Amino acid sequence: MTILDWSGSLAPGAVVRDDRVAPRAAWSAVVPAGHVLTIVDVGGNQSADCLLFDAADPAERYSAPDTLGWSGDAYVRTGTVLRSNHGNPLMTVVGNEVDRQDTIGGACSKESNTLRYGHHAAADHACRENFLSEGAKWGLGARDLVSNLNWFMNVPVEADGSLGIVDGLSAPGKRVAVRADRDVLVVVSNCPQMNNPCNAFDPTPLRMIVTVVGAAPETAQEDL
Amino acid sequence: MTTRQTDTVAAARSDARAQAVSVAATATKSMPYVPAATSPNIPPDVSPDALTWAETVPPAAYTHRVVARGTRIRLEDPTGDACAHLFLLRTDAPYERLNVADTLKIPWQAYLGPGHPLLSGDGRVLATLAADTSRHHDAFCGTTSDAWNIAKYGDARPEGPTPSGQSLLTLAAAKHGLTLRDLGPTLSFFQGVRVAEDGALRWQGSAGPGTSVDLVAELPLTVLVANVPHPLDPRPGYTVGPLRIHAWRSTPTGPGDESFTASPERTRAYLNTLDDWESRS
Repeated sequence: MTILDWSGSLAPGAVVRDDRVAPRAAWSAVVPAGHVLTIVDVGGNQSADCLLFDAADPAERYSAPDTLGWSGDAYVRTGTVLRSNHGNPLMTVVGNEVDRQDTIGGACSKESNTLRYGHHAAADHACRENFLSEGAKWGLGARDLVSNLNWFMNVPVEADGSLGIVDGLSAPGKRVAVRADRDVLVVVSNCPQMNNPCNAFDPTPLRMIVTVVGAAPETAQEDL
Repeated sequence: MTTRQTDTVAAARSDARAQAVSVAATATKSMPYVPAATSPNIPPDVSPDALTWAETVPPAAYTHRVVARGTRIRLEDPTGDACAHLFLLRTDAPYERLNVADTLKIPWQAYLGPGHPLLSGDGRVLATLAADTSRHHDAFCGTTSDAWNIAKYGDARPEGPTPSGQSLLTLAAAKHGLTLRDLGPTLSFFQGVRVAEDGALRWQGSAGPGTSVDLVAELPLTVLVANVPHPLDPRPGYTVGPLRIHAWRSTPTGPGDESFTASPERTRAYLNTLDDWESRS
């Protein structure tokens, strides 16, 4: 039986947004500068594939290589600055209940599913589909999809360079919190992959909570 | 103060034409060779008649080229200090482009080596790393941003002494009508990075002078290359050597090739590539 732990914000302050993301669905929002987004892994080991864009100029966007190069670390951890393709901070990891987070493994797609699992997997729903449909709401398309973050997904790199998605390090109710260092458009795909352990073969919901310290809520809190 | 005579059109034209045969101006040999068969560095295993591109990219410079499917591109690092930051787009459909995550994930391997397929985000092979005598490469750190080079060297401008890779790749992309949105994470060749047990990214440097890699274009490709220091290069100076490029007409990877059958994932990637290409051809 699937255990769901909806948990709560990992950061203090007033809640200005609180959304539930259904299994296999997409989500997006602009997180204003200084606000903190908590992502709750409600069912445990549910990959939250995530792209970031400068809300004012989406051509400046999350860059996995810039993030890794500046941090000098193959994994994303507490304190990691999530950088743009210009090397600028977009968000910073201010709370993290999983040892390490991934930004190497990329997103699943119908197209790459055919390579990984066979051509029958082309029919499966995939993160690239979620990114494209959710991104279209903001005027974004295929050119805007780049290597992403995978919250709660585990991709070790072994000594000989072997790399792959293996069983996760997360659990129901575990969280990551990221602070916006400018106004950032966050696009998330609640990964629907059914062919590897990135969501423990059991897609579960995510909870997205935006908080702010010392300022009036900017938007009404949504019903849970 | 110049001593050159350029005060009339005839004098200026004569002065301009003298540049092409100037020993001083061409002494570096870092330039495109046109026609390619005039390259002074043609690899011994390549027929000069088959060459379609010959160029030596100077340090801190970039190049770009459209190549046909089946072209074999050799990058050479004669000094051990080149660092080729590479981005590939499909020329006939540039929204299909290099996807570094899939390039690592599909072969289950983060360290590029002989036979490694460079994949697009559309389940196809853009190019095959058909030969590799260096094996010191990096798929994690991408190229340098302006912010990085300003922090490290004090300048990142393309016309300055220490241009960033991104400033140069932006220019290379613009030559094909492409913008920043068309650029994604890059691969760098000849300066390696390895992941330590604790996750630390360790700069490995080069395999020494005289190594090369061969890339076989599996689709028509727009090739963008910046030759700048790797972001993790620990040397305080802006150290980078010339990059030699020769490309020639060859054959794309087919069912009889070792790369084609190296793993079930790769076989399906080549089959997808052939399927799409034959449909369009």
